[in-house]
Amino acid sequence: MGMTMSQKILAAHAGLDEVKAGQLIEAKLDMVLGNDVTSPVAINVFEENGATAVFDNTKIAMIMDHFTPNKDIKAATQVKQTREFAHKYDIKNYKDVGQMGIEHALLPEMGLVGPGCLCIGADSHTCTYGALGAFSTGVGSTDMAAGMISGKAWFKVPSAIKFNLIGKPQGYVSGKDVILHIIGKIGVDGALYKSMEFVGEGIKYLNIDDRLCIANMAIEAGAKNGIFPVDDVTREYCNGRYQGTPVEYTADEDAVYDEEYTIDLSELKPTVAFPHLPENTKTVDEIGEKEVKIDQCVIGSCTNGRISDLRAAANILKGRKIADNVRCIILPGTQKIWLEAMHEGLFDIFVEAGAVVSTPTCGPCLGGHMGILAAGEKAISTTNRNFVGRMGHVDSEVYLASPAVAAASAVTGYITDPAKLN
Amino acid sequence: MNAKGTAHKFGDNVDTDVIIPARYLNTASHKELAAHCMEDIDKDFVNNVKEGDIMVAEKNFGCGSSREHAPIAIKASGISCVIASTFARIFYRNAINIGLPILECDEAAKEIKSGDTVSVNFDTGVITNETTGKTYQAEPFPEFIQNIIKKGGLIKSIT
Repeated sequence: MGMTMSQKILAAHAGLDEVKAGQLIEAKLDMVLGNDVTSPVAINVFEENGATAVFDNTKIAMIMDHFTPNKDIKAATQVKQTREFAHKYDIKNYKDVGQMGIEHALLPEMGLVGPGCLCIGADSHTCTYGALGAFSTGVGSTDMAAGMISGKAWFKVPSAIKFNLIGKPQGYVSGKDVILHIIGKIGVDGALYKSMEFVGEGIKYLNIDDRLCIANMAIEAGAKNGIFPVDDVTREYCNGRYQGTPVEYTADEDAVYDEEYTIDLSELKPTVAFPHLPENTKTVDEIGEKEVKIDQCVIGSCTNGRISDLRAAANILKGRKIADNVRCIILPGTQKIWLEAMHEGLFDIFVEAGAVVSTPTCGPCLGGHMGILAAGEKAISTTNRNFVGRMGHVDSEVYLASPAVAAASAVTGYITDPAKLN
Repeated sequence: MNAKGTAHKFGDNVDTDVIIPARYLNTASHKELAAHCMEDIDKDFVNNVKEGDIMVAEKNFGCGSSREHAPIAIKASGISCVIASTFARIFYRNAINIGLPILECDEAAKEIKSGDTVSVNFDTGVITNETTGKTYQAEPFPEFIQNIIKKGGLIKSIT
């Protein structure tokens, strides 16, 4: 029986010729990731169990991104604990303020993940790297600790859903709209425990940032991982960047899928997820002109904090002003993206429009800092979750959208189709 | 091994942000996390929960973030077991890894009501609603996972 892309990567790392859905395997890890929220819990588990060595100090990344620059004394204490652990074990990819970025923007950019690698991360959006043809999935802190000690993790081999993407996206449709459309279609548990494999001639129209955004939100459909095949777009991005040896996997022709969907990208419209689940989607043309009044606009995160996202926002904001009583907060994903945006003049556009530009941080996405909502406030956000209380008060609301829709909404003060801006 | 307690019932898609809001993730202290468990979905939960009580929810329990703080907060609040129709996969792993017993049983998850007295036999997977007298059979864990649980969690199973 044929294997999916995900199954082939798992088999290769488990030293097996073949694996089947449902099989329990132990596989070797190429990268183990943690952040400032999850690493301290993993370090406690590591130390309480008497571990004295890590399996490979080059294959562990600790990225201080969630509450940094440290938002309070407790956050600072957690980063200090992680920093001291990283120094003690000489963890090569410990990244703090000055070098850090949002982990899922930073690891691909640094070339720490790439085609064919197997990565676990104590952060649910670790599934992002499937955009590069990797098998990558989120785990908890105890799995991170076990991975740091042994260099291995156990997996239940997932079955898969195939998404055959055809056609070329039109107008303001981006990777964010593709994944919001899919989650709206299959629901927040539509891919529970499964792989989401994205294939088809339409993927050639998706740049690497679009693909990273799509794979990033596979978890919002409950998936174990999201994955794209490697093509010229991937190779161009990874060549000279990926520090490992790239291995390209394609699904067997007779690979078995639980379900198959065909998505015509040319028919998609900019899409918004209403509170309080990413599956509550509407296309922008289904939303009344003054239906949803917003107080805040957030452009950034591991989902949409990359250079293409900032360019899309700048394209809308150029020569326009943020509406009165709207706070527009822009968070470039990494230091490199920050510099690139600055050199391109995007910051002039943002600041002249009345937006602010932050240091890279997860910040408001998870209600950490840098833009928390009060009771009754509404935000349009390019982030990935709109759960109750996600960006602040339990009675605040988050609407998920692409950078173009978020920027257009910041201009009018209401959720707005960018195509309808004057 | 058995559990018995009062059921605390929740619905579909209980996410890790309501189990333990991110504003409290600046600590790894089990006691501090437990003090805010379920705060954004049921602010009285921490006052009502008693040692040994049982949490019951419907589909996709624990969806969202990978934060292990979520099962830690539930366990430290006194909950002895979570029964749900389905669990989100990272929560499922995390619960097993930290030794919080979880059971998948759609029928029990849908029928048990808040305040019912529920008992669970972990060896057989039999759930009994002692208030109504009805019994249910939960899905057994695969042997591989049973071994992790028997050894006292993931780390003890590898070290």
